Amino acid sequence: MGEETDIDDRYGDLDSRTDSDIPEIPPSLDRTPEILKKALSGLSSRWKNWWIRGILTLTMISLFFLIIYMGSFMLMLLVLSIQVKCFHEIITIGYRVYHSYDLPWFRTLSWYFLLCVNYFFYGETVADYFATFVQREEQLQFLIRYHRFISFALYLAGFCMFVLSLVKKHYRLQFYMFAWTHVTLLITVTQSHLVIQNLFEGMIWFLVPISSVICNDITAYIFGFFFGRTPLIKLSPKKTWEGFIGGFFSTVIFGFIAAYVLSKYQYFVCPVEYRSDVNSFVTECEPSELFQLQSYSLPPFLKAVLRRETVSMYPFQIHSIALSTFASLIGPFGGFFASGFKRAFKIKDFANTIPGHGGIMDRFDCQYLMATFVHVYITSFIRGPNPSKVLQQLLVLQPEQQLNIYKTLKTHLIEKGILQPTLKV
Amino acid sequence: MHETSARAWCTGKTQRNLVEREESESEAKVDGETASDSESRVEAVSLPPSADDTPEVLNRALSSLSSRWKNWWVRGILTLAMIAFFFIIIYLGPMVLMMIVMCVQIKCFHEIITIGYNVYHSYDLPWFRTLSWYFLLCVNYFFYGETVTDYFFTLVQREEPLRILSKYHRFISFTLYLTGFCMFVLSLVKKHYRLQFYMFGWTHVTLLIVVTQSHLVIHNLFEGMIWFIVPISCVICNDIMAYMFGFFFGRTPLIKLSPKKTWEGFIGGFFATVVFGLLLSYVMSGYRCFVCPVEYNNDTNSFTVDCEPSGLFRLQEYNIPGVIQSIIGWKTVRMYPFQIHSIALSTFASLIGPFGGFFASGFKRAFKIKDFANTIPGHGGIMDRFDCQYLMATFVNVYIASFIRGPNPSKLVQQFLTLRPDQQLHIFNTLKSHLTDKGMLTAATEDK
Repeated sequence: MGEETDIDDRYGDLDSRTDSDIPEIPPSLDRTPEILKKALSGLSSRWKNWWIRGILTLTMISLFFLIIYMGSFMLMLLVLSIQVKCFHEIITIGYRVYHSYDLPWFRTLSWYFLLCVNYFFYGETVADYFATFVQREEQLQFLIRYHRFISFALYLAGFCMFVLSLVKKHYRLQFYMFAWTHVTLLITVTQSHLVIQNLFEGMIWFLVPISSVICNDITAYIFGFFFGRTPLIKLSPKKTWEGFIGGFFSTVIFGFIAAYVLSKYQYFVCPVEYRSDVNSFVTECEPSELFQLQSYSLPPFLKAVLRRETVSMYPFQIHSIALSTFASLIGPFGGFFASGFKRAFKIKDFANTIPGHGGIMDRFDCQYLMATFVHVYITSFIRGPNPSKVLQQLLVLQPEQQLNIYKTLKTHLIEKGILQPTLKV
Repeated sequence: MHETSARAWCTGKTQRNLVEREESESEAKVDGETASDSESRVEAVSLPPSADDTPEVLNRALSSLSSRWKNWWVRGILTLAMIAFFFIIIYLGPMVLMMIVMCVQIKCFHEIITIGYNVYHSYDLPWFRTLSWYFLLCVNYFFYGETVTDYFFTLVQREEPLRILSKYHRFISFTLYLTGFCMFVLSLVKKHYRLQFYMFGWTHVTLLIVVTQSHLVIHNLFEGMIWFIVPISCVICNDIMAYMFGFFFGRTPLIKLSPKKTWEGFIGGFFATVVFGLLLSYVMSGYRCFVCPVEYNNDTNSFTVDCEPSGLFRLQEYNIPGVIQSIIGWKTVRMYPFQIHSIALSTFASLIGPFGGFFASGFKRAFKIKDFANTIPGHGGIMDRFDCQYLMATFVNVYIASFIRGPNPSKLVQQFLTLRPDQQLHIFNTLKSHLTDKGMLTAATEDK
């Protein structure tokens, strides 16, 4: 046992050494399209990078607007593609770190686990929203009723395959990749589903948080560029306190204004519903009180400044202040986490998908905490449980239980005066 | 196989030091490192063996026997001690069981995290021990809050502070977690980024395994103690039976990962466990205290297990298929429907449960440890005893949710009451039309 060194030990040594001994991961190729290169060939390389970055930023923002215009279904697909790409990027980093591209089965298993977890989440969340559609089809009913069991069986199959695929000299590597896959799934997949749930609550709950994070990124950069002097954190030497605080105030104002503009349109404000008759998503409803103009009396010092007694705004704008505050104060921690990760594994960017910007993960690192926060915020402060989910669960109960609940509900509704007691059905 | 197993076991502890010292010496010559580096790595590779924890009493009593049999006796006595302990706890009731589950969870977490520290030699990383325990606390708070809100609904509604805590529970848990996350980011130290990220990942995977499953165990417990006892006993029985069958008849090795396991043990254990499960569920289904869901009684402020047993736990006549009829000579047999479910549970415990054990074996080989810890003399750590149980707990929970009961009706009513009036009306009308379609609701039943 002393002679043959396990491959594990050779790579396992990487764990205990300090970072400085770890070799760098070879950088990926430059993916800037030829067109851009030719158009900017005249400029010096510093400005060239700026222009590429700027053009790509505008391209991404226009793409974002285009998809919003195309509707919720396209947005869902976009979120799903981003999730898959982020997963791919992080897993690829793991492979390169551990030189484990040739581990038996492992790539198949990682993608298989991604599929399982997505199947589970889509079944739990999206199925609720398609309740009317699902009621019609028998096979879908079966899949819904035993959903957890089917998902668990699928996951178990992957787990057993992993155990059977353990190879003598590569145990540690395989366990590392297993854990790496699971942590990545935990981060990317759960949060992308929270994003989709926020989306179904109303597109404004999707747009305002994401725009706040993007705005904070851009304004913090701009403030830092012009006024930046005191460094913020050793992890990201380019960030400064001036940028941080300037970004905070600008994001709050931006969020406030964006909320005001978007709250007017039913398209953004209404929960997304799937109508089986038209077989598509519709956003039509009576806007809730959050999105109806109300008069607020101004506190005295603002009265003097603005010389008005009251101001009419949407209650949602107050919530937007909370969202923007989170985006500016805590969102950056997601960015620091990603920076720390990149330094730990000695990579410059997650990937080279977007020329000038890096990978998709680089753009979305701050978004992850935001998505979870918005979801928790909605469930705690805005609405209670999801009505269609409650209905779904009701329909799954035993008939006797349903009857009992029916009677309880009826008594309750009559007491509250919501239902008028009638003698005939 | 008998010889090798006994030899490997009793010499395991002393042999380990020798083996690891050899390994570490060969590794020290790699890559021309500095002396301090190789030293620290030598320490990291050979995890210091814990002291022998066998109580002095046992040591003296068995001092006369040869060391091979001594280990067998130690292991046997501890097994009986643990089983007796299990029975005592069951007798003491659900509250004590919950606390035991919680303690086991904390100990397992501690064992796995300690292995992580030793592997990465990161005992001195700033803040990290505090943060790991803090995350454990957060996740436990989140899960207990969700469970408590469901089962202690009436108690929670009465007390104002509890009500607020439960209404904003997710928000509070998320805030607590975020604080830990931000502390982690702020604690990143320049030369130790990778180690810190590894420990962060390690902590989270451990939490995912240990904490979620212990809460599933508690959910199962609340469903009825039989759903807690039968699965755990089946796994233990499978362990013991597979060992015995392997001991007496074992010949063909099962998997390279665990050379001691054999196909004969596996299959023998499977049949023995199914039979054991059938018998055990027959015995237990007769008693209300095992079969009824655990409820919290407001008036007496304690847990009660008192109810009308559901259809699962009432004797029914089953027709025996022709093939067995001729053997046994009976036409019908009276069993509890639960016994049929117990066959599914025992099958899972025997066929898939061992994969949890293989996973733990692979983990131990990957990190070159013999046992997770040395808490139980002769057996290793708590994780060593519970490695097969984890998959089982999840399976039972999923099984119950899919096949036995649907969602919790009282929880649904709770959720309903928090909806807006128009949503309530919509749901009520949909339910009404659904029930009418099914013929459950007629004009007669409408007038109370």
